[in-house]
This record gives sequence, C-alpha cells and structure tokens, in this order.
Amino acid sequence: MPARLKNILPYTIIVLLLACEFAFAQDYGDSILITSRISVLVLLAVFSAAILLYTRWARQGKTLFIRKIAGIDAVEEAVGRATEMGKPVLFIPGIADMEDIETIAGISILGRVAKITAQYDTPLAVPVRYPMVLAAAQEVVEQSYVEMGKADSYDKDSVRYVAGEQFAFTATVNGMMMRERPAANIYMGAFFAESLLLAETGNAAGSIQIAGTARPEQLPFFIAACDFTLMGEELYAASSYLSHEPLLLGGLKGQDFVKIILVIAIIIGTILVTLNIGDWYTSLFEVI
Amino acid sequence: MRTTVPIIVAFIAGAFLTITFFFNPEQTLFFDATIKDGREGVLQWMTIVSGFALVLGVVSIVRVNARAVSRKSEGWFYKLMTLLSVFAMAIPSMMPTTTDSFGGGLIYSILPESWSYLFGTARGSIYDWLFEYLDSPMMETMFAMLAFYIASAAYRAFRARNAEATLLLLTAVIVMLWRVPMGEAFLRLFSDNLPEYINTFIMGGFNVSVQRGIIIGAALGAASMSLRIILGIERTYMGK
Repeated sequence: MPARLKNILPYTIIVLLLACEFAFAQDYGDSILITSRISVLVLLAVFSAAILLYTRWARQGKTLFIRKIAGIDAVEEAVGRATEMGKPVLFIPGIADMEDIETIAGISILGRVAKITAQYDTPLAVPVRYPMVLAAAQEVVEQSYVEMGKADSYDKDSVRYVAGEQFAFTATVNGMMMRERPAANIYMGAFFAESLLLAETGNAAGSIQIAGTARPEQLPFFIAACDFTLMGEELYAASSYLSHEPLLLGGLKGQDFVKIILVIAIIIGTILVTLNIGDWYTSLFEVI
Repeated sequence: MRTTVPIIVAFIAGAFLTITFFFNPEQTLFFDATIKDGREGVLQWMTIVSGFALVLGVVSIVRVNARAVSRKSEGWFYKLMTLLSVFAMAIPSMMPTTTDSFGGGLIYSILPESWSYLFGTARGSIYDWLFEYLDSPMMETMFAMLAFYIASAAYRAFRARNAEATLLLLTAVIVMLWRVPMGEAFLRLFSDNLPEYINTFIMGGFNVSVQRGIIIGAALGAASMSLRIILGIERTYMGK
C-alpha cells in the first residue's frame, strides 16, 4: 500500500462515516444507519484522529513524555534475576482465547519478554489454555528469537498447550511452579477465579511476580500476592512501553489525550446532574 | 508477506465489524445477504480457524508429555496419566453411537452393538461418566481451595505496616463486619443507620468510583490497542 494512501485512508474512512451518518440519518431516519450510536462514532473519530496525530508527531521525531511504569520496568529486572539464578521465566498470557483483547495484549508483551530471554539465553515456559493462543504465542516467541539472532535456542515446546479446563490449567501451572521453581512468574492477560490460586502458589515458590490485568475484580488478588501489578490500561500500554518505539508511544499519547477529554466530560456531567439540568447531557452518551 | 497478509486481514475484518456497528443489521449488504449475515460470517470464520487450531493443541500436549514419558523425566507417571486422560475422554466421545453413523458399520461388526450406549457424549456414556465423576469433582475441589488461598493472601495484605496498610485493614474490618449478620447486629448497637452508611460511602462511594476509574482506563486502553491493530500501527502481537 503506498505510504500516502496509507496515511489518508483512516481519515477518509472516518470522514465518510461521519458524512454518511448525517446524510442518511436525515433522508432515511434510522433505516440504514443507527443514529443513536452517533456519540460512539464521534468518540471513535476523535480517538482515531488523536492516535494518528500523535503517531505522526512521533514519526516526525517529536519527543513524547511517557510516565514511568514500575511494573513494566520490573520485567527486565525479573528476567535478569532468572538468568543469574539459571532458572526459567514462566509467562502466562491469561486464560481467555485470542478474541479477547487482553490476550492480544498479553501476547504482545510475551514478544518483548521472549526477546529479553533470547538475549540472555534464559529458559522460557509459556503454558496456554487455548489452541489459538498456542499458535499465536509460538509464532511470536519464534519471531522474537529469530530477530535476536538466537533461532537455534528456540524450543518449540517452550510454548505448550496444557489444558482446556480452567482449573485443570491452574493445577498444571501450579505444579510447574512448585516443581520447576521459576525465578520469575509473569501473568499478563485475562484472569478469573484462578488468579489468586496462581499468584499465591508463585509466592509460596519464592518467585518474583509481575501481573497485569484489566479486570478490576481480580486486581486485589494480584496486588496482594504479586510484587508488581499493572492495572487496567497499563496492561495495554506495556508492549508499546517495552518496545521503546516512538511510533507506538505516539498511540499511548493519543489515548491520554482522549482520557483528558473524557475526564472533562465526566466533570461537566457531574456538575450538570448535581444541578439537576443534565438529562440532555447524559442522553448524549446513551447507546442502544 | 508474513507481516503484510495478517495486517491486511486484521484491517479488513476490524474495519468491517467497526463500520457495520453503525448500520442497521437488517439492511442488505450485497445480493441477499444482510449486514447481520456479514458480521456473523466473519465471526464464523473465527470459529472455523479455532477448530483447525485444536489439532495443534492436541499435538502439543501429546508431544510434550510423550517425550517426558519416554525419557522417564521427573513426574513422568503424571504425564502418562495426562496422555491416558486425553485419549480416554476423546476416543469414546468420537465413536459412532449407531450402526448408521459414520464408521458405525465397521465398529459394530467388531464390538457388540449393546455397547453403543458407552460412546458419544450422552448420559451414561464413558465421556459423561468421566466428566461427572472425575473431571467435575476435581474442578470443584480446585475452586474450593480458593478459600484457603484468600485467607493466606488476606493475612499478608492486611498487615498494618504503614499508614495506608492500616487504613486498608480498618476498612476491610468494617466491610467484613457489615457483610456478616452477627457483625451487622454489632454495628447496629452503635447506630441503626451504620450498615447503610458503610454500604453508601465505602462500597457505593469509594469502591465503585475507583472501580469505574479502572474500568474507564482499561476500556480506553482496549479501544486504543484495537485501533492501533486495525490501522496496522501495533504489530507486536506478531512478534514485530
């Protein structure tokens, strides 16, 4: 795809969608386009524009400040510790399938972790619950080893399918933790009731533990049992942060810009609703 | 090629599902297919690809465990049990249940037809028996163990090491008192409205506001990552 076309394509799609939304909404009512979703479309347009704008600035060499995230910095230290101890790094990309964005975030972080383990020749173990995740994780780990010039060190069975059942998977991974005593356990992705079973076992095994999930109900368990925890959005930022690539960091800045807009929108909404004049405002954000 | 094709597929599938979200699903997309059909078609492709990937999962579990058994490495007996379990669950469930089923004529020329109730996944089959009396109780046991893990994690989390941890401990004690009937009765000794205040201010106030903050941040992060993947900016999920 030519570079110029690639640059203008996303903007074109956004403009066309907005134009269609307004044009058809007037002519056909809700028969073609769902007008009640216009607020989502506007937010999507602003979001996409912000990400593309910051990405362009990053490409042009503009310095973008990203705050330090202790949990992500600890990943490199954890792999270093495993190297010194001669023990493996255990990475769990959650227990959801590839259709879950948290799993994709986990797989992205796995790529960065695999590059570090390849660099130091540290053994890596990645148990997975779904065959699709197995295929993706094997591809990512192999690619990372190839890119680091360590294709010979890559062990295909470092990424292994262990069980399809939630607690069978947990039992297997807990067994691995107690038998192999990995120096570092990294949990990145979607976790459910097994989060504490895994993290407490890892804690008992004496491993340094770093967790990241976007599920607020599992965060207290990870915070209680792990050394570092990435909360919510930090999970999605981790792969970009670890890559140190300005292009990806631009995407993070775009996200921060939208967050500022949303914070302002929430403050305005809170004031209007408190004054009992906010019905029209809250209706703007209702999506059917 | 290995990078370009997945990016194009991700862009087309992602853009299609995003754009059609704004259109009436009953509208005709092309020929007689509606937008709803198109969306379902994309999702069905995902299921089909997952079906093929299942073979990779079986190959992985057999290869890793068979190698450990053949080398008699540590814990080889458990790995042998894993292998036996995989086949004990899979083979009887895939066997034909009647002579008319695919391969049924051949199977029931070897085995007595009265054994047919053992195969498939219906009630009383080998698969059902293993699931009901082995798999399910083991899963429930694992889940039940969570209570002990919560106790040990809570003990560590609630140690009053500094001001913040002490605040956490006090809040946890108040919430735990409010959650149990005896505790609630104790709180009502001080004021009849105390349990309602705890519910309103701690659970509905601090707790919900913090959770919503995390959820909004996570949703933005997920949306941002999805957009970066659709637009081809984020390629880290391919190891790039």
